Amino acid sequence: MSETRVLLANIDEPDLNTIAVYERLGGYGPLRKALLEMSAEEVLHQLEESGLRGRGGAGFAMGKKAAFIPKGRMDKYLCCNADESEPGAFKDRLLMQKNPHLLIEGCIIGSIAAGANKGFIFIRGEYSVQADILDAAVAEAYDKGYLGEHILDSDHAFDLVVHRGKGAYICGEETGLLDALEGKRGNPRLKPPFPANQGLYQGPTLINNVETLCNAPLIVDKGADWFRKFGEGNSTGTKLVSVSGNVRRPGNFEVELGIPVRDVIYGLAGGPPEGRDLKCFFPGGSSAPVLTKEHLDLPFTYEAMAEAGSMLGTASIIVVDDSQPLVPLALRLAEFYRHESCGKCVPCREGTNWTVKTLERVDSGEATPMDLEIMAQVQHNIIGNCLCVLGDSMAMPVASMLEHFREEFEQHIEEARARRDLEAIRALGAEELGAVQEAGAA
Amino acid sequence: MNQPQRMQAAGDEGALRAARLPPGWDEAVRIDEDPATIPDLASVGVPPELRAEIEAHMTKYPDRHSATLPALGAAQRHHGWCSPEAIDQVAAVMQVTPAYLSSVATFYDMLRTAPVGSRYVYVCTSVACHLRDAKGVYDAIAEEAREHGLEDVEIRESECLGACEMAPMASVDGRYIGPLEEADAPELVRALADGGEVFPGRALTDPGYRLPWAEDGEAPGRRSPPEEPDVHPAGGTWKEADVLDVPPAEGPASEPRPTPRPLDPGTSEAPEEEHE
Repeated sequence: MSETRVLLANIDEPDLNTIAVYERLGGYGPLRKALLEMSAEEVLHQLEESGLRGRGGAGFAMGKKAAFIPKGRMDKYLCCNADESEPGAFKDRLLMQKNPHLLIEGCIIGSIAAGANKGFIFIRGEYSVQADILDAAVAEAYDKGYLGEHILDSDHAFDLVVHRGKGAYICGEETGLLDALEGKRGNPRLKPPFPANQGLYQGPTLINNVETLCNAPLIVDKGADWFRKFGEGNSTGTKLVSVSGNVRRPGNFEVELGIPVRDVIYGLAGGPPEGRDLKCFFPGGSSAPVLTKEHLDLPFTYEAMAEAGSMLGTASIIVVDDSQPLVPLALRLAEFYRHESCGKCVPCREGTNWTVKTLERVDSGEATPMDLEIMAQVQHNIIGNCLCVLGDSMAMPVASMLEHFREEFEQHIEEARARRDLEAIRALGAEELGAVQEAGAA
Repeated sequence: MNQPQRMQAAGDEGALRAARLPPGWDEAVRIDEDPATIPDLASVGVPPELRAEIEAHMTKYPDRHSATLPALGAAQRHHGWCSPEAIDQVAAVMQVTPAYLSSVATFYDMLRTAPVGSRYVYVCTSVACHLRDAKGVYDAIAEEAREHGLEDVEIRESECLGACEMAPMASVDGRYIGPLEEADAPELVRALADGGEVFPGRALTDPGYRLPWAEDGEAPGRRSPPEEPDVHPAGGTWKEADVLDVPPAEGPASEPRPTPRPLDPGTSEAPEEEHE
């Protein structure tokens, strides 16, 4: 029931964001090792062996992704996805704000594995303070010769640019990110071709989340075997978990994958406030289908969450307690995805819009049970029918809420309708009321 | 609230949920005019510092188009919003068409296509903040700003800003401030009006910032207790039906009648037992 601090080991060190403190704590040692003592193949091999899975949501093996990058001399790119916009996720913000050099070192090591010479950190525009911190750290790294030509007198060259987004959730989708980085509207692209073959400027591109890349220096430093000691099964390593919502101590915690969910929600985050009980929780950001009390004792791994019908995603747990009505929550969630849909694919653009409209009817009591049927059908028709998973990200949690709490939705309709009727009667004048009574008596 | 009412209310507030449309959306396209071409840099007066900044951005990328977002951001800082003039200036420096830049500017939330203020307050009302009554905080701030007549500040609801541990929170020009409560609204608006720093010490990046519950404390729950529905489902009992105070109908008194439901509740049973 305690944290396993590996990535966050030095996070409370004052001025960790300066290169002097970072180096004093052993920083850029792994880079030295990767460049001077290991070949690029060995670096890639270590990353593959570690079993490190992408921390941005999809959970794809990082080493495998890097291995897909074609070999040979050509313009290859590395993109760090720092467009952390998933509701409930705030782990990358912590890493970039407190430990920017860890990310920069991770990017350089990633570039060695992928053979890339140009890299970009795509950070969401709202994180302006964090972007400034990164900019300063990148400048320090250039001064010290960790970036640029002939890094540490080796043949490896790597340039890194901090690119600020301008507020669009869809840019967290990897191909949407590439379009945004190319200066376009952030519309996702058709896959294949995958970014590993044709990504940024049509060149092979490795795209990884902040936390994923931050793990790379640790793996190079201590070895894949050390990394595999943490975690369970195919979910290796530690994971930053952002817990938010109705808990007593929301925040970021670093845990070993495989820890029971209960230990995170009740142990680390303190559980729901006094006198309340847990109603449901999103295990992996707002895009993950909700789970209920019966799932609390599952191990927090990619596999167990998938088996329970949800996903680990970004490992951002949003806890909902029993004082929260679900319909306004579902409505707020659907509104988010409606707002953020890029509009390229019809099922997502229309599906998110109609889900919001239906939920508004449910919330106001205008809906009938058939609306719930239609809404469930709409969710079914969104999933898997778009270029990216934004639509699915709304459809899955909404469908799961309907599945687990259908009675509450039906009751909400009835109550809202009764309340609305009562208001209508209250609003009637004496004459109208009399007329209604006459009509009723007739 | 139904859809038209919601849109109306949202439109009045300038809120996130409104279908905010760019100016001119309902104007017909002038088909007798040729589309704007790439402006000539010599004939567009670009402020030298803006031009230098855009050109510096362009040198960072293998393809100059990649500088679009930073360049529009720079122009917005300079002009307060992505005005047609600002777009023309960026187009001239980057040698792209204004149409291309408008297409990009209208896609991104943080690029303003209307003059709504050069400073911003984004109040997060997304899922995690929603669970902690962020809407109340937003309403209080928006109301206070209206009463105060605050100008040149864009106040809006925002999607998740990535600081759910300090919910409910707001971003004031990039400074993340939280946890907020409704009572904070007057001070926040006053500080904005004075142009000073808002809540020094309560921003995430302020030195020594700690969450209130960092030391064995406890996060406040929902501040308002959950509302009990004051009526019961159709077919059930109406506890409050007697507050209706139904006046007698005109005409001679007759036998007490049950109050008919004015709208079909979907059941044939009228809830009459508790009503006199």
